[in-house]
Amino acid sequence: MIGMDAIKLDKLFCDWPAWIGAIESNQLLDVILKIHSNQGQLLTLWGSDERLDHAKFQLHLLFFFPKACTLYIHCDLSEHNPVYPDLSPYFPVANRLQRALFDLFGFKAIDSEDQRPWLRHGSWPPDIFPLRHEVNIDYQFYQEPDYYPFICVKGEGVHEIPIGPVHAGIIEPGHFRFQVVGEHILRLEERLGYTHKGIAKHFQHASFEKGAHLAGRICGDSTVAYTWSYCMALENLHGCLAPSCAQWLRALLLERERIMNHLGDLGALGNDAGLRFGLDQFSLLKERVLRLNFKLFGHRYLMNSIVPGGVAVDFSSDTCSYLLEEVHMLRQEVKTLESIYKEHDGLQDRFLTTGVINFDLATQLGLLGLAARASGVQNDWREDFPYLPYNELKIKSQTLSSGDVAARVAIRFLEIEESLRVTEAILANLPEGKIIRQLPSVSSQRIGLGCVEGWRGPITTILCNSDEKTLHWGHIHDPSWQNWQAISHAVMGNIVPDFPLINKSFNLSYSGHDG
Amino acid sequence: MFQQLKKCITTGFLTEEKPKINDEWLIKSSLHQSISKAFGHSLAIRHVDAGSCNGCELEIQALNNLFYNIEGLGIHFVASPRHADLLLVTGPVSRHMALALKRTYEAMPNPKLVVAIGNCACPGGIFGETYATFEAVNQVIPVNVEVPGCPPDPNSILQGILTAVQYV
Repeated sequence: MIGMDAIKLDKLFCDWPAWIGAIESNQLLDVILKIHSNQGQLLTLWGSDERLDHAKFQLHLLFFFPKACTLYIHCDLSEHNPVYPDLSPYFPVANRLQRALFDLFGFKAIDSEDQRPWLRHGSWPPDIFPLRHEVNIDYQFYQEPDYYPFICVKGEGVHEIPIGPVHAGIIEPGHFRFQVVGEHILRLEERLGYTHKGIAKHFQHASFEKGAHLAGRICGDSTVAYTWSYCMALENLHGCLAPSCAQWLRALLLERERIMNHLGDLGALGNDAGLRFGLDQFSLLKERVLRLNFKLFGHRYLMNSIVPGGVAVDFSSDTCSYLLEEVHMLRQEVKTLESIYKEHDGLQDRFLTTGVINFDLATQLGLLGLAARASGVQNDWREDFPYLPYNELKIKSQTLSSGDVAARVAIRFLEIEESLRVTEAILANLPEGKIIRQLPSVSSQRIGLGCVEGWRGPITTILCNSDEKTLHWGHIHDPSWQNWQAISHAVMGNIVPDFPLINKSFNLSYSGHDG
Repeated sequence: MFQQLKKCITTGFLTEEKPKINDEWLIKSSLHQSISKAFGHSLAIRHVDAGSCNGCELEIQALNNLFYNIEGLGIHFVASPRHADLLLVTGPVSRHMALALKRTYEAMPNPKLVVAIGNCACPGGIFGETYATFEAVNQVIPVNVEVPGCPPDPNSILQGILTAVQYV
């Protein structure tokens, strides 16, 4: 099905069909072409330093074939000249991933026209690669002046607007460079990497527990999805599953995270289009969800509630009745607000036909999650690769075709409704039993893969252990890598004042992307 | 429109009591009462994310909801550091954000109050001093109050702000 007969593939321990295979670097281009022609998508690529034991570097690539399987390929690169072919003609997201890989590891995508740095802003020299083993985590380098050659549009009446990294609102830092004529945007170039905290360096040699703690602090709005993804990878690495009751509780927490973020976004989107009423009402609902989280699970954003081997939350019959009561309240309130949004002409005027990403573009860019579904692309890990307990919950993922801000708003309303239904289903069918288990010991070096559909899209984790307690390396990928590309396209032809609205309709992660 | 008005009326008044100040968090306390007078019971805040995970941002945003109603206390967020009395900083200060943070601080008028929000922004956070991050905000700009928490809840953040200005 995936046309990979030429290479030997092994099965990875995972909830869905997941394959792993090693190839030579000279085979890479052929394999990429085959994957591309079989509708495979690049999920992420990263590197590892194996020079101490094996005198080589390794390039790792993770692909998925929609509704079929994931394919993990690794390939050795020379320790003196780590180069590999450019993947960006086939998978556009590879452009930034490759540039980031060069900044951190020094692996070069030959033939790539774009060799500009991506995550390095001058905090370390261009010939130092911080993820290599010889660079200690506490090394500090002289801060060089930062220069980044933006692509310029020239012509009569064209002018440039730089925005960021410090923004006007209470949001994360990033730089946007607009080329405009009058109010119309000709081009937008993003520059990210401002919140780079060296997460991958922290993962090297970290204990499994420290890794879980860290995973929950990469992207604060998706802490449940990140920790679950990490714990799933760790459990798969150990060849075991968390107890069934824990899996169901994890899904309950994940859906709460989705509801909480969607409520916040719907309010902010109303506000960006001039309806303060929307912000007030939705942030009230969001605050109520957060307060119930605190009351029932001990943390407003549910940090540390998922742990390796299970969950660390109490659950009683009282918890169940509080949650059910909230489901009824939210369903009613959201329904009222949805009808107010739909009937508000001013709001709809701003939402409709603004920031369009059509189906073809979404497919070409390999968009993931919510943004993809608003453009008609079926992409929901909970449905496509049903992991426990979603194989029993049967998610009805919704897609819309218009791909504009209105579609991304409507998808959020639909998903809140679906998450409320799933919450009820979980509460009605929650299995009894243990909520945590001890992980068995591992004697050899293994790979563990985890992927969880967070509210933005799939959060992917790949872990490799060095012994029975510590990680050799870990890589976590946020769907924002794919979806940031979409914003540059979505704003084209729109007016500058619509940028905040378009940006918010995607609400992508900076910290999750920068790592 | 009728639905919207009805919703506004039935929502009612939800704003809660403001928290007390917490002197334990205070690092530099020379300014005190004079500031409260100088600001005329109004305070302008500029926020800078210096490498946070977005958790603290969510809690700062929550200050604007009806339960906390920070604007009701005369405190509001401004878009430019030139208009700000107080700087709220989150994150350990990633090295890539250090220059932008310093420039924001320099652009502020006196007395340049700074409140560091969250465990990462206070000394001893999980990121530490590395090739990519500083250990805490006070390594980059002077800090008046440090509010710990991961993330600190909106009441603690408000408490930190009120402590910084001794705004009783």
